[in-house]
Amino acid sequence: MSEDFNNNKTIQAQSSETISGGGAGVTPDMDYVRPAEIPDQDLYHGHSFITKWVFCQDAKVIGVQYFLTAVFTGIIGLILSWLMRLQLGFPGLAGFMTAEHYYQFVTMHGMIMVVYFLTALFLGGFGNYLIPLMVGARDMVFPYVNMVSYWMFFVAVGVLMASFFVPGGPTGSGWTLYPPQAILEGTPGSGMGILLMLISLSLFVIGFTMGGLNYLITVLQARTRGMTLMRMPLTVWGIFTATVLAMLAFPALLVSSIMMTLDKVLGTSFFMPTILKAGEVLEYGGGSPILFQHLFWFFGHPEVYIVALPAFGIVSDLISVHSRKNIFGYRMMVWAIVGIGALSFFVWAHHMYVSGMNPWFGFFFATTTLIIAVPTAMKVYNWILTLWRGNIRLNTVMLWCLGFIVTFVNGGITGIFLGNVTVDVPLSDTYFVIAHFHMVMGIAPLMVIMGAVYHWFPLVAGRMLDEGLGKWHFWLTFLGAYSIYFPMHYLGFIGVPRRYFEMYDSPYMTSAVGMNEFISLAAFIVGAAQFILIYNIIKSLKEGERAGKNPWKANSLEWFTSTVPPEHGNFGDRLPVVHRWPYDYSVPGSKEDFMPQTTPPSAVVDTEVEKT
Amino acid sequence: MHAGIIFFLVILGSVLFHIFTPWYWTDIASNWKSMDDTITLTFWVGGGVFVAVCLFMVYCVFKFSYKEDRKAEYKPEDKKLERILTWATTLGVAALLAPGLIVWNQYVNVPKNAIEIDVMAWQWGWQYRLPGEDKKLGTTQVQNINDNNPFGINLDDPYGKDDVLIQSDVINLKNNRPVKILLRSVDVLHNWYVPQFRAKMDAVPGVVTYYWFEPNKIGEYEVLCAEYCGVGHYAMRGGVIVQDEQEYNQWLGEQETFSELIAKQKVIEFKEKRLVKK
Repeated sequence: MSEDFNNNKTIQAQSSETISGGGAGVTPDMDYVRPAEIPDQDLYHGHSFITKWVFCQDAKVIGVQYFLTAVFTGIIGLILSWLMRLQLGFPGLAGFMTAEHYYQFVTMHGMIMVVYFLTALFLGGFGNYLIPLMVGARDMVFPYVNMVSYWMFFVAVGVLMASFFVPGGPTGSGWTLYPPQAILEGTPGSGMGILLMLISLSLFVIGFTMGGLNYLITVLQARTRGMTLMRMPLTVWGIFTATVLAMLAFPALLVSSIMMTLDKVLGTSFFMPTILKAGEVLEYGGGSPILFQHLFWFFGHPEVYIVALPAFGIVSDLISVHSRKNIFGYRMMVWAIVGIGALSFFVWAHHMYVSGMNPWFGFFFATTTLIIAVPTAMKVYNWILTLWRGNIRLNTVMLWCLGFIVTFVNGGITGIFLGNVTVDVPLSDTYFVIAHFHMVMGIAPLMVIMGAVYHWFPLVAGRMLDEGLGKWHFWLTFLGAYSIYFPMHYLGFIGVPRRYFEMYDSPYMTSAVGMNEFISLAAFIVGAAQFILIYNIIKSLKEGERAGKNPWKANSLEWFTSTVPPEHGNFGDRLPVVHRWPYDYSVPGSKEDFMPQTTPPSAVVDTEVEKT
Repeated sequence: MHAGIIFFLVILGSVLFHIFTPWYWTDIASNWKSMDDTITLTFWVGGGVFVAVCLFMVYCVFKFSYKEDRKAEYKPEDKKLERILTWATTLGVAALLAPGLIVWNQYVNVPKNAIEIDVMAWQWGWQYRLPGEDKKLGTTQVQNINDNNPFGINLDDPYGKDDVLIQSDVINLKNNRPVKILLRSVDVLHNWYVPQFRAKMDAVPGVVTYYWFEPNKIGEYEVLCAEYCGVGHYAMRGGVIVQDEQEYNQWLGEQETFSELIAKQKVIEFKEKRLVKK
C-alpha cells in the first residue's frame, strides 16, 4: 500500500513539474508523459576486443556484423550472376562453363540473394541497428540471444559456402529446391550439395528466430516513454511487421527442409512418389511433390514481403526527411503495411497456377493476389503525394528513393500480370517472371538499401559519404539495372523459358541473341558499379566530411543520441521522452523546417501542429 | 533538375521501346487468344498507371525541388483523396480480375469433344499415347514400365489394348479439334509447353495433370520443357505437327497400337526361343 502511495506521489510531482515548466496557454497534461514503469537496467559492457567487436552484445555492432556478412554473400551472388550472364550473352566464351555449373550458379545466386543477402540485410542489419535507436531503447531486450542469432547466421553462411567445395559441388536444383529432382541424380549437387543447403537453411531459421523474437519484443516492450505505436517511424513498422511474417513463415521452410533431409538421408517419402530412374523403380512411394511446393511457397511468398515491408518502411522515412514534408497518410501507411502482411499469407499458391495443383485453386488465389494490389497501390500513391508540394532535396538518398518508385511500380504492375491467373499461364516459367521478380524484389529493395546506406552512414560512421561518387553509383546502377530488366520482359512475351543453359536455334530464341548480349553487358557494368560504393565507404571513413549531429535535420530518435556515432547504451544518462510522431516537417509557424520527436508541445506553442 | 530529365527519358524510352520492339508474341496458333487479350488489357491499364505515376513523380521533381526560402506543405492526411484513390484502385483491379477469372473458367473446363493425349515425360524426353477405337485411354502404373510395355499400361485394363503408342518426341494433332493434354511424369517435374499455343501445365510424378487447347494453325512447332527438371532441362525438346483431318488420319493409321506391339514382341520372343533351340 505504502509503495503504491509513493508511486502516485511521484507521478503527481512529475506532472506538476511539467505544468510549471510549460509555456503559457498549453494544456498542462500535453507535456506530461507517463514515468517509466521499470527502472533502467544496466547493460553488459564489453571491455576486451573480443567482447566489444566479435562476440558483442550491442545491437548496433551486431547490425553492422549482419550487414557486412550479408554484403559478403551478396558479392558472391553478384559474381555468380556475372557468370550466368556470361553464359547467356556469350555462350561458350567461358570454357569451363558446363550445364552443371550453370545450374549451380543459378541456384546459389537465387538462394543467396533472397535469404542470405536481402533478408539478413534488412532484418539483421537495419533491424538491429535501427530498432533500439528509433524506439528509444538502450539495446535489444535480449542482447545475449541477439549475439547468438548473428553467430548462427554466420555458421549458416559458412555451411552454405562450404557446399562450393564438397564433391559434386553445391546444389543445382534451382532456388526453389523442388523435389524430386533436388535429391535425385540428374541434378547437380544432389548429394552433399543439397544436404548442406538444407542444413544451412535450418541454421538460418533457428538463428533468425532468436533475432526475430528480439525485434518483436523490443518494439512491443522497450519503447521509450511517449513512443506510442502510432508514433513509431514507418521503418520500425515495416521491420516489425516483416518480423511477424518471418516468425510465421520460416517454420514452413524449416519443416520442409527437415522433411527433405529425411527423404534424402533416411529414404522417407514425404515428397517422393514412385519414381522410375534409369530403368529401376526407386524405393520411394506415396509422397507428394506438390506438398513441398505448398510448404515452400507458404514460406516463399511472405518472404517476398519480409524483404519488401522493411523497404517500404525505410523508403517512407527517407522520402519524408528529404522532401522536408510529413509522410502523407501515415495511418493509411501503417494499416497498409499490416494489411499487406496479413494478406501475404493467403496468396502463396499464385506461384503454383501451373504446378498441377487442383486448378480450381486458381480462382481463390488470383482474387486474394489482386486484392493485395490495393494496399500496395495506396502506398505508392502516398509516396508520390509526399513528394507533392514538398521541398525536395535531390541528393543521392532521394535519387535512390525515386529509383525505387520507378522500379517498384514497374515490378508491381507486372505482378498484376502474373497474379491474374489467366495471364500467368503463358508467362509463367518464362523470362517475364525473371524480369518481374528482379525488378520488384531485387532492384527495388536494393535501391532502398542503397538509399538507406547513404542516409544512415553519417550516423554509423560519423562521416558523410561522398555525394559525387554516390551520384555516379546511382545512375550507373539505376539505368543499368533498368536496361537489364525492362527489355527482359519481352523475352518472356516471346516465350523464352527460364533456367535454360543454352537456347539452341529455336526461331524465337535466335531473335533474342542481340538482346541477351546487351543485357549481359549491362549486367557487367551494374555489378562493377557496386564497387564504387565500397570505394566510397573506404574513402569516406578516412577523409569524409564530419557529419556532426543530425546532418539531415531529421526528427526521429536515432539522430538524437548522446554521441555520434552512438555509444553502447545509445542515449547517455537519460532516455529521450517522445511527444510527437516523427514526421513534423515544415510545420507552419515553426522556425526550423523540422521538429524532433522529443520536442514538447510547450516548445512549439505558436505553430499549427496537427498531429502529435 | 537533370535527374528529372533523365527519369523522364527513362519513361519515354520505355514507351518507345514497347511501340517499336521487334520482340513480341509469337503468332498464336491455338484458341487461347483470350489469354492474349487479357494480357493486352492488363498491359494498357497497368502501363497507364505506370506512366501516370512516374510522370507525376517527374513533375514533382521539377516543380518542388529544394529552395531555401520555400516551405513544404503541412498536411498529414487527406481522407477524401485517400478514399477516392482506394476506390478507384479497387475498381481498376476488379476490372482486370474479372476477365481473368472468366478465361480461367474456360481453361479448367475441358470441352467434351476433346481428344485425350497421354503425354509421358522423363529425364529427358517425351512420348505420347492416344486412345484407340474405344476412345478411352488405358490406366497406367510406373511399376509396369519396361521394354515390352514402354508406357506402363495395366495389362488387365481392356481400354489399354487399342491405345495408340507414339514412341517419338513428335506428336501430330488435328487442326481445329480440341485436345486434352494429360500429363504424367515417371521421375521429376516437367512441363509440356508450346509458346504458340500459350497454355502450359506441369507434369508431376504420382499424379495426372491436364490442360487443353485447340490448335488452329497448320504447321510445325517446337515443344519446350518449361519446368526445371535437372541438368538436361534445356535440351528436353519435342515437336508438334498440326495437320488437316485427312493427313492426320493417314498419320494415325500408320501408328502402332499396344496390342500390335505385344503381338510383335511375342513373334520376336518366339523367334528367339527357336534360335536358342536350334
